[in-house]
Parts: sequence; structure tokens; C-alpha cells
Amino acid sequence: MNVLMTGVGGQGIILASDMLSEVMMRYGCDVKKSEIHGMAQRGGSVMSHVRYSEKVASPLIPFGSCDILLSFEELETARYVAYLKENAHVIINSYRLSPPSVISGSQSYPDIIPIIRERTEKIHMVDGNAVAEEIGNPRCVNVILLGTLSTFLEPEEALWLDCIDSMFKEKIRSVNIEGFKKGRLVKVQ
Amino acid sequence: MKKMLSGNEAIARGAYEAGVSFASAYPGTPSTEVLETIAKEYPLIHAEWTPNEKVALEVAAGASYAGARTIAVMKHVGVNVAADPLMTLPYTLIRGGLVLVSADDPELFSSQNEQDNRHYARFAKIPMLEPSSSQEAKDFMIEAIRISEKYETPVMLRTTTRISHSMGVVDLGGAAEQKEPTIERHPAQWVMLPANARRRHPVIEERIRSLRAYSNTSSLNSMEMADTSIGIISSGVAYQYAREVFPEASFLKLGMPYPLPDETIRDFAAKVDELWVVEELDGFIEEQVKAMGIACHGKDRLPLCGELNPDIIRNAITGNAPESIKEHVLPGRPPSMCPGCPHRSLLWALKRSKCFIAGDIGCYTLGFLPPLDAIDTCLCMGAGINHAHGMSKVFGAGKEKIAAVIGDSTFFHSGITGLANLAYNNGAAVIVILDNRTTAMTGSQNHPGTGITIRGEQTTHLDLEQLVRALGITWVRTIDPYDVKNTRKEIREALEYKGPAVIISKAPCVLLKSRAVSGRKLYVDPDICTGCKVCIGLGCPAIEFKDEKASINDMCVGCGVCSDLCGVNAIGGEK
Ligand SMILES: Cc1ncc(C[n+]2csc(CCOP(=O)(O)OP(=O)(O)O)c2C)c(N)n1
Repeated sequence: MNVLMTGVGGQGIILASDMLSEVMMRYGCDVKKSEIHGMAQRGGSVMSHVRYSEKVASPLIPFGSCDILLSFEELETARYVAYLKENAHVIINSYRLSPPSVISGSQSYPDIIPIIRERTEKIHMVDGNAVAEEIGNPRCVNVILLGTLSTFLEPEEALWLDCIDSMFKEKIRSVNIEGFKKGRLVKVQ
Repeated sequence: MKKMLSGNEAIARGAYEAGVSFASAYPGTPSTEVLETIAKEYPLIHAEWTPNEKVALEVAAGASYAGARTIAVMKHVGVNVAADPLMTLPYTLIRGGLVLVSADDPELFSSQNEQDNRHYARFAKIPMLEPSSSQEAKDFMIEAIRISEKYETPVMLRTTTRISHSMGVVDLGGAAEQKEPTIERHPAQWVMLPANARRRHPVIEERIRSLRAYSNTSSLNSMEMADTSIGIISSGVAYQYAREVFPEASFLKLGMPYPLPDETIRDFAAKVDELWVVEELDGFIEEQVKAMGIACHGKDRLPLCGELNPDIIRNAITGNAPESIKEHVLPGRPPSMCPGCPHRSLLWALKRSKCFIAGDIGCYTLGFLPPLDAIDTCLCMGAGINHAHGMSKVFGAGKEKIAAVIGDSTFFHSGITGLANLAYNNGAAVIVILDNRTTAMTGSQNHPGTGITIRGEQTTHLDLEQLVRALGITWVRTIDPYDVKNTRKEIREALEYKGPAVIISKAPCVLLKSRAVSGRKLYVDPDICTGCKVCIGLGCPAIEFKDEKASINDMCVGCGVCSDLCGVNAIGGEK
């Protein structure tokens, strides 16, 4: 199984992919994940590859073989469509962060849906930021989206909650658990 | 017990399990997390950030001479800085195991070049191990210490970004005892004067011969025989990619690519019909295989530039064209300086004074991007001051306006000698030290200027202004870069001064937790804004241009620079 997470540096993508990896390891799979740290994180485009099965060799997902793409930002979904399998699931946080050329007014923010439709029809929009606002913590978007992603995967809720429990410090544990649960309740078509 | 670990965390774990008691490093992507993990997880290991990589390797050597097991960690270009000690260290007697971790960056995700550091192992004549997974990163670290002590040699553990920053499942083991340090004297092996070094050179040559014999029998290099129509020699992450796309092929996996196991390679080559060497960057293994008189494919079809991936390897070997995917032109999203970054206003002001700006390496290098467009050179750490000095000397004083910018961590790394030279040779360039109290680019590490160690203990802090004066610079001003007006005034005076001038631009990085940011967002009054775009020229991600007006988004941290620049006072809120 190949899951790709994409977005912008600073959105909590690495932590989300850490949690997915931990859950799948505890579920009994061999897991590898790969991402780029460092310079790209200064507001740049970020992606994290998570792969799990009985035995995983490459930490990178080959083109055309991603089963699920979880994107934290709209434009960053379109950038990575080459990784998608035909009919892959694409979960998109309906949130736009303008890149510099859009900010300065020299380019416009593109319409991404037609680009994704060339590979798959299974597009699921989630308003993670609105849910985060509801629970009063804008930093929870990553666990909310993870919650939605988890409904596409085999492990049961209890295993996810166990992992979240062990990965967050006391102070922010309960709000993250709440976010995850809210994310699971998001209706996806 | 099993745990998900990145390659870097696994190396740190390996150091712990191997009984390492001393670890040193200078930060650099993708190597940084090795020492950070040691500092956080393994309190029995002494950990220290050193000002640069040469110091890191030399203090590790000292600890090893005392009998302790040690590692020195750096990114690929860091080894260039440490190359002087590295070339002679193998001549000397290694007591406690000493491992040099070199983390290379194929694809230049966060680097100024993509040099292949495997050549250093051959150049310095030291053995090199190359893991292909997190599990191996840990296991090979332990084996590297063992080899180092058995053969009395430094050992290089070479990783790449995709090993250092990929995570995998690792089986944890217990820790070996650390070694008690003792004083011994070995002048014939430690005092590298010509007479002694001359006698040590043959020892190195003999050692490499024994290590080659070891390489031929070691399980670090393993044959995995299956379909023999194609045989692939590979190592590191490239091995995993090739395994992924050719599960049926035969493999010779090299965990010890230097010295190469010549007999094993001959043996493997004889068993397969078509031999391939699949390696990232240079044809390091391939050239040596060919020099043995063995025909093989490799760089005739695989790229020398950039990182490999499963698709590139599949297409190279099968000869198929890559799947064509419709290209969409999307707005790029390059990394940029953060909203409120103190480098932004300084670079903006410097650019307005119309001078040539020799740059250096750090977050401020991002000021090269439009709209700031304010960095004219970037070569390697510490080079900027020297560029500016060399350039201004050939023009002669007062002819051209030439400045250099350098971060505080970079200044301590390799800027001090350049500034000493500037003063000594009576240069006239203006040097701006961007003192943001941290090594921001690599994730906010402490350094000698912060007065705090890697483990958070208070220590003496190096006083920049006093240091600059001690180097012989008399024109020194410390400024607040958020005060744009004064910043411009000081820059003007520095450029007019007929001698070396140093401006210390002092304001902590906005990412530092200790920094008090006003956090109050500014706003643009659309009725006042004339759409002149002066504020857009700052390139701040928090200022957008929509419907012919500027507007401020919620990334604003309230540094106030844009409101200072605004000629019509359209930007409000408190500073
Ligand atoms: C020889 C070498 N070692 C390490 C690095 C990695 N590196 C790039 S910039 C930098 C330091 C940045 O700190 P500073 O100069 O204080 O600037 P800041 O990022 O804080 O603005 C480091 C360690 C490198 N490029 N070259």
C-alpha cells in the first residue's frame, strides 16, 4: 500500500506521516517512509511517501502506484498527480495557500480539479481548517485529516488512538484525539 | 523491541549500542539529526556542536587517542572542511573506534553541490560502509566501530538523504560498555613529521590490502542469486530501488563499497549473463569493476546527476521510454524566508543602497529570489567575505560599492579567518553579520554565539562585536534591522567609510521559541492603499496583492517593516 502526503512546509505533514507509519508498524506491517527535511520546509512544497506491506524495498513510491494521496493544500495535490494509480483515492484539504507568484499577482491560483480528474474521479474534499476552528485549535488540521484518511485504511480506531496517545504530550493530547475523532466523522463521498 | 527510526536516528542508536562515548558534529542537512538524537536520547554519550567540521573530526580524533569510541558527523561538503585532518588521520594510530559519518545529498535538496563522498574513502584510504535501510544504518554503525578498532583506522559511514531521512522498522539491541579513557603515548604513530609519516604510509597500504580480503569474506557484501540473465551490483538506497523493480534478478549487494570485494565481484560477474552496476551519482563502483577487466553497464544508461528512483532504474535497464504524463505548468513554491524574518529588511535595505552583495550560506541565501533579488554570490560557507574583499581590492578603494552578508553560525564556522584577512590586507568591503542567534537554515541549532550547548546547558558566549574588534576592524556598528531607516543610514555610512566596515545586524530568528514576537497582525487600509507595491518588494509571504491593492494574510507576525516602508501610511496595527 502506498500513501502519499503532500502540502506546504509547516503544515504538520511529517508528524502525520510519522503517525501513519507507527500505526502500520503496530498493525504488523513492514513500513518505510521518506521525505525531505531542511531547506524545503521554509514554506516550500513538501511530500512524504509512506509504504507498507509484508516487505517493503524502496522508500519511494514509483510513479503511477500511489493508492491514496492525502493533500493538505489544494495546489500541492496537482503537483504530484504523476504518482497516482488510476482510480486512486485523493483526499484534499480545501485550503489554499498562495505561492509567491500568486501573492505578487503575476500568476493566478490554478483550478486543480480537472488536473486530478485526468488520473482519477475519486476526489474527496475535506474542510480540515473549518473543523480545526470548530474545536478551537488551528494546529490540529493534520490529525483531522489523518482521521479522515484512517477511514480508508484497515486498522481500527483503537489502534490509532493508542498511537496518538503515546505520541503527544499530555498538554495537547486530548485536543488531538478530539481532532482525530472529528476527522473520522467527516463524510466523504 | 521494534521501533520506526529514520536512518539518522538509527545511526545514533547504533552509536549507543556500540559503546560510543563521544560524539561531535556541525549541523548540515541531511546529517543533523544524528547528533540531535544522541543529545536527546542517549545521555551517556558526550555530544557537542563544534563551530565547523574540521573541529568536529579533530576533537573526535583526540577522544579516540584517549581510547574512547567516537563519531564525527557532517554533511558531504562538511567533509571538505574536515579534509585536512581526514587525509592524515589514517596515518595515525586509532585507539578507540572512530567513525566519520558523511551524509551526501544527491538531488541537492539542501546543498550547494552533489559531490559523491565515496571518493573520499578511496582518497584517504579508509574503509567505507554504506547502509541501504534504517536497520542497516544501525547495524553498520556498530560494525564500523568494530572494524575501526580491529584495523586501527578511521571508518567512513556514508549515507544519502534518502537513507538519513527515510524511516524504517529497526530491531533495537542492548548497549556495549563504553571504554575507559587512558593516557598513552605513541609519538611514532601520532606525531606526523616526515620521518614518522613516511613509515606509516606503508601501514595504510597494507591495511587496505587486509581490508580488501575482509571485504571479500564479510557478510556486509552479499550475493542474492536468482534469475541469472541479469545481475545487478548495487549499494545504498539504489539497491532498494533496483530490488523493487527487478525482484527476480540476481544481486550483489555491497554494504562495504570500499575497498571493493574484488573476488566476490569476479565470482558474481561469471555467474550472470548481463552485468549492471546501479549506483547514484558517480560511477565509483563501475569504474573499479571495469578496471578489473569486467564488462558491465551502468553510467552508459544511468544518469550521473540527481538522485535515482525506481522508475529511472527500470527505464534504464529495460530500455523503455518513461511513461508520458501530461505536463501541467503550475506556480512553483520555492522555500522562502519566514514572515517577520530579520534578514528580509536588512537585505531590502542593502539592495536599495545599490551595492554588489556577496552572499553566503544560510536562510539569507533565499534573499536571492525575487522580488528581493539581493544575493549575488553563494559558493561555500565563509566565502562571501572573501569574495567581497577580492572584488573590492581589484577595483581599489572607493570605486565600487561592495558588501558581503554572512550568518552568525557561518561566521563562526569559517568567516573569522576571512575577516582577519580583510583587516590585515586593509580591505574596504562592507561586511554585514546577520546575527539571528541561531543556525536557522538547518533547524535552529545553538553555536558559540548563543551561550547554550546542544543539551541546553548555559556556557560562555562569544561576543561578536569584541571578536570583530579583536580582528582589527575599528568601524563596527550593531543595528536593529527592523528599524529600516537607521539601517539604511548605517549602510550608507559604512559604504562611505574608506576602510573595512562591519555591521552586526542583531535580531533573533522568528522561529526561536524564546523570541517575543508581537504576534499582532497588521492590516492594510484599502481606502488608503494606492497599490504602489513597495511592500510587495519585501517578498513577505504574509503580504498579498489582490485587486490592485496589498492585503495582509494571517501569516503576519507583526514585525512592522512593511508599515515603516509604506509611504501613505496604509498599513496599521501595532509594532
Ligand atoms: C561545510 C558546510 N557545512 C554545513 C552546511 C549546512 N549549512 C548551510 S547554512 C548553515 C548555517 C546557517 O546558519 P547561519 O549562518 O547562522 O544563517 P541562518 O540560517 O541562521 O540565517 C549550515 C550549517 C554547509 N552548507 N556547508
